[in-house]
Amino acid sequence: MTNHWVDIRNADLVLIMGGNAAEAHPCGFKWVTEAKAHNKARLIVVDPRFTRSASVADVYAPIRAGTDIAFLGGVINYLLANDRIQRDYVTHYTDASFIVREDFAFHDGLFSGYDAENRSYDKASWEYEIGDDGFARIDPSLQHPRCVLNLMKQHYSRYTPEMVERVCGTPKERFQQICEMIGSTAGPRRAMTIMYALGWTQHSIGSQMIRCAAMVQLLLGNIGVSGGGMNALRGHSNIQGLTDLGLLSNSLPGYITLPFDREQDYNEYVAVRAQQPLRPNQVSYWQNFPSFFVSLQKAWWGDAATAGNRWAYDYLPKIDRLYDMLQVFDLMAQGKMNGYLAQGFNPLAAAPNKAKMSAALSKLKFLVIMDPLVTETSEFWRNYGVHNDVDPSKIQTEVIRLPVTCFAEEDGALVNSGRWLQWHWKGADGPGEARTDIEIMAELFTRLRQLYQTEGGAFPDPIVNLAWPYVYANRPTPEELAKEYSGRALADLVDPKDKTNVLRKRGEQLAGFGELRDDGTTASGCWIFCGAWGPTGNLMARRDNSDPTGIGQTLQWAWSWPANRRVLYNRASCDTNGKPFNPERPLIQWNGKQWIGADTPDYRVGDDPAAGVGPFIMNQEGVARFFARGNMTEGPFPEHYEPFESPLGYNPLSRNEPRAVSNPAARIFKSDRDALGSAAQFPHVATTYRLTEHFHYWTKHVRINAITQPEQFVEIGAALAGELGVAPGDRVRVSSNRGHIEAVAVVTKRIRPLNIDGRTVHTVGIPIHWGFTGLARPGYIANTLTPFVGDANSQTPEFKAFLVKVEKV
Amino acid sequence: MSDMTRRQFLAITGGGLAGSSLALLGFSPGVALAEVRQFKLARATETRNTCPYCSVACGVLMYSLGDKAKNATPSIFHIEGDPDHPVNRGTLCPKGAGLIDFIHSPSRLKYPEYRAPGSDRWQRVSWDEAMERIARLMKQDRDANFIAKNAEGQTVNRWLTTGMLAASASSNEAGYITHKVVRSLGILAFDNQARV
Amino acid sequence: MALQSLDIVRRSATTTAPPSVREPHTGTVAKLIDTTKCIGCKACQVACMEWNDLRDDIGTNVGGYQNPHDLTDQSWTLMRFAEYENPDKGNDLEWLIRKDGCMHCADPGCLKACPAPGAIVQYANGIVDFHEENCIGCGYCIAGCPFNIPRISKRDHKAYKCTLCSDRVAVGLEPACIKSCPTGALVWGTKEEMHQHAAERVEDLKSRGFDRAGLYDPPGVGGTHVMYVLHHADRPQLYNDLPEDPHISPAVSVWKGATKPLALAGIVLTALAGFFHYIRVGRNETHESDERAAARETEHVRHE
Repeated sequence: MTNHWVDIRNADLVLIMGGNAAEAHPCGFKWVTEAKAHNKARLIVVDPRFTRSASVADVYAPIRAGTDIAFLGGVINYLLANDRIQRDYVTHYTDASFIVREDFAFHDGLFSGYDAENRSYDKASWEYEIGDDGFARIDPSLQHPRCVLNLMKQHYSRYTPEMVERVCGTPKERFQQICEMIGSTAGPRRAMTIMYALGWTQHSIGSQMIRCAAMVQLLLGNIGVSGGGMNALRGHSNIQGLTDLGLLSNSLPGYITLPFDREQDYNEYVAVRAQQPLRPNQVSYWQNFPSFFVSLQKAWWGDAATAGNRWAYDYLPKIDRLYDMLQVFDLMAQGKMNGYLAQGFNPLAAAPNKAKMSAALSKLKFLVIMDPLVTETSEFWRNYGVHNDVDPSKIQTEVIRLPVTCFAEEDGALVNSGRWLQWHWKGADGPGEARTDIEIMAELFTRLRQLYQTEGGAFPDPIVNLAWPYVYANRPTPEELAKEYSGRALADLVDPKDKTNVLRKRGEQLAGFGELRDDGTTASGCWIFCGAWGPTGNLMARRDNSDPTGIGQTLQWAWSWPANRRVLYNRASCDTNGKPFNPERPLIQWNGKQWIGADTPDYRVGDDPAAGVGPFIMNQEGVARFFARGNMTEGPFPEHYEPFESPLGYNPLSRNEPRAVSNPAARIFKSDRDALGSAAQFPHVATTYRLTEHFHYWTKHVRINAITQPEQFVEIGAALAGELGVAPGDRVRVSSNRGHIEAVAVVTKRIRPLNIDGRTVHTVGIPIHWGFTGLARPGYIANTLTPFVGDANSQTPEFKAFLVKVEKV
Repeated sequence: MSDMTRRQFLAITGGGLAGSSLALLGFSPGVALAEVRQFKLARATETRNTCPYCSVACGVLMYSLGDKAKNATPSIFHIEGDPDHPVNRGTLCPKGAGLIDFIHSPSRLKYPEYRAPGSDRWQRVSWDEAMERIARLMKQDRDANFIAKNAEGQTVNRWLTTGMLAASASSNEAGYITHKVVRSLGILAFDNQARV
Repeated sequence: MALQSLDIVRRSATTTAPPSVREPHTGTVAKLIDTTKCIGCKACQVACMEWNDLRDDIGTNVGGYQNPHDLTDQSWTLMRFAEYENPDKGNDLEWLIRKDGCMHCADPGCLKACPAPGAIVQYANGIVDFHEENCIGCGYCIAGCPFNIPRISKRDHKAYKCTLCSDRVAVGLEPACIKSCPTGALVWGTKEEMHQHAAERVEDLKSRGFDRAGLYDPPGVGGTHVMYVLHHADRPQLYNDLPEDPHISPAVSVWKGATKPLALAGIVLTALAGFFHYIRVGRNETHESDERAAARETEHVRHE
């Protein structure tokens, strides 16, 4: 979230699209009902189904699953064509005025530089024109034909209301009504918030859907303001924290990326990431990358990380390609993986194409499960009848299952969607011999270290030299670890301007990432968390909920990254003179000497607005980007592509280009392409989702939730049910080209047939929560049906739009 | 009532046996009528925690047996929302409100277990056996398949044949140490729930 | 201390008047259920089960979101879902979701119908509570209830329903369902404050085109301590047959009127007979067939 949960109450308009907040985040959704009740806010819900969120919306619009860019592109077209934009904001705080290279082009669904054979782009042309001074060229008058704003106008002019209706199935009048409501927030005193979740991420063009919505918000001046923002409603309780801590194939803590093979030279690795400003006088905060990286290496390898060994640069693995989950399970299915550890994760249920997953796990030599519950993955080898029909004797995988404590049985911090790090306390011991994840990982490490110390082995250096300063090597405390990722001084830190002034004593905790240094005198395991456990103690454990300005900014409650800032880009809530656009809900303002207000400024506190420093300090430009440059895989502007399984089989926006039907730059493995189905066999659009009564595959183990939603079902519209002769409560079989499930049919008016480019398309809704273990009635794993293809940038699987057929059993 | 059956008549009148009939016969109802169910949290220990499900991160109050006295083993018996929490203000969704049954789920794992290749069952093992085996399997695989240099002779120091999926409901501290350990081994096949 | 006070103002089948000196001077309590804010998440169902130590059976899905399928001795509250196409709004769909449960009537039909002394009481703060220790399982409370709320347990043959968390209210807390409700669809306060809150809600709803929005506090049962805000207050039956003008069942009037002397005569006789039966044979066990017959009859009575 750019903003945070409570801030939603400040919104004048709420758009829920690509998510179902009432269903999946009810307690956060309360701030929508608050905005409605006490801020006269209106709520718009756009979804293939009339959801629980829609049940309390002012306006609901249906949309075909997977066509959100067509819808949002249509909104952009409306805003630009009708001049419903916040012009000052767009001119000064975005790259609207930046001039794009002459060789950049877009034609028939493809951007310049497409390489069909490798399904990838040469992105050289996706760049601004750079002047002789090394800075990007701009035209503040916005007249240049190749300035970003004009390119955008041109690009989205094709997204007419008629096109939106043809592609999305959204009635034109309803679309128009929504555009007008959204356009009403272009004024500086009105804000719209956008709330989304997996309904946008789980598409082969998911990242671009989110970008497209962010572009709408930038046009309206709704980023950085109270009641606005792009608010990703994240799933698991610490999915934000684990992302922040970089537990992803190619990441290190704090959004640092691992080196590629080609980056043999440490200085080159640093130079690429320490981005220099692209406009005069801009902050471009990633310039401080060396301080972040060196502090991380010092936290991990302590005295073994020195300037001499380039801060243990070679201790880090280098990547030749992304080893994301889909890639890894594909390698596993090919028999190229030997071992796998699943910590609190149930990939047999959570990953696409269960048959492939089951085959892949069966090829492992060993599988280690760490979990509080009996997951399907841990028993993938066991026969559960129709729900898991395998022969254990043919599965040679050795499986070791370890019992883990749950939240109630340990101390520690979790990061919520609003980036708050909140400490929690243990209430009881775990059952039986259950241990914490920390204890398990620590003992696993000390045993491996012992083996490498005594026996030697392949490259033992990073193992035997890993800093392990914990009082009990097999039981580091959460406090020790929290202090380590927050960071401390390794030597007395003196003020560079006054060498007699010691800013931090050796061993003292650091107050924030501004104190980090690139000379090895500071250690911080995650620079964006620096200060969470500062010199005054554990700020994550703070519990003062006072809200002095009355706009829901509880700065003394817990601690949020970065720098306890609650609304990102909050400098953009003020005009170029530093005055709040909306004086009724000011976040910060310039008082003539410094920036003050209800939030930690996302800006250098002493920077006079007259200096023209842009509000998006992490970007080289200092402003927000409509034009993604080379940062996205499939193009600098979001473009609609069909899901990999499309009910149309063509892209109505680029009808003549067969290469642009689905995301032309998304990776798909050959066997998975072969496993795609066609609309002729599988005519209905399916989408998977969560129910409010359940949480993933956990709560089927929880009696009280099993009572409130006991049995697997699928939702079909009354029209489709009529065609199939299915009555509510009948059992149906839902099949894709990858398998089938059987479930009870819930027949509903909440799913209506859509008219897509002249043909009727039915949506089939598939809640995911069932499986073959637990207290709820046994069911099929919904991901038996889903395709093994991901978003081109994030590799998040396309769970939200694929093709099925439905039959009465 | 107009067609009250004999059975109903007896049920109603007979049912009155314990009370009103006795009252009519001169006994007054002796039970403590003004009592409500005893308030069950009065001296229970209250511990503050965060709901482990979604990222709204609602504050919860956990109530456990005993007052933390040396001889009392805490067992959590009730959970409700933390009214001081700025986001949830005491509220909880159907998942959070039912957390007590997660903690006490019959599906909770209690002991390390081992499933041999081709077997159709678990066998209970000790922590020592389990950890020893895992460390040995990992070292064998790493030593056999570690890639120090790629085909072009570039230093890459990676181990690709073993991978890991990390929890996304575990704490920062668990995530941090997991990452630290995994990268020190050179693992790249590493993801968390954020990927899906 | 009226909110906390659980002074009894009425109790079933008891002729002696309860102490009546203390009164709820600061107002009685009320739960307001705002169906227009409700998302049907069932947090209230879960919180109710959790607080009251109830666990219903893990049932089946019969083609809808409603689970369990009905109120039971273990499920004292239940979300009921209705899909309604509103002709006044171009047939736009509305998902009308109503939290069902005891309405805590000011004039409680269950209490009036109950023949077991002290099995049903009404507190001065407005709560109508069942004291199962005194319940004889006759099912008359069901007959007396205009909202079809109490349920007889198959396990102990006693009647159960929402207590409005009288144990929480007694120590100054709000009921468990109220506390849990994520969207603020359930609110709690004095009845007067809830009227005021409802008025604000109705005004907001009218600004959103719900011209007939209003409060449901039915006078036929003397008003209730559980009230609804409805988008369509003119048609409560849209919300899974919420009664338009509930009254206490005529069966209760019959019991309290003409047949009462007859029944009382019977009671005296059966009391003695029963007493001797108990002394000689012990507790009267029922068979399942008897239970089924009783259930049928109870059902029959309820529909009179």
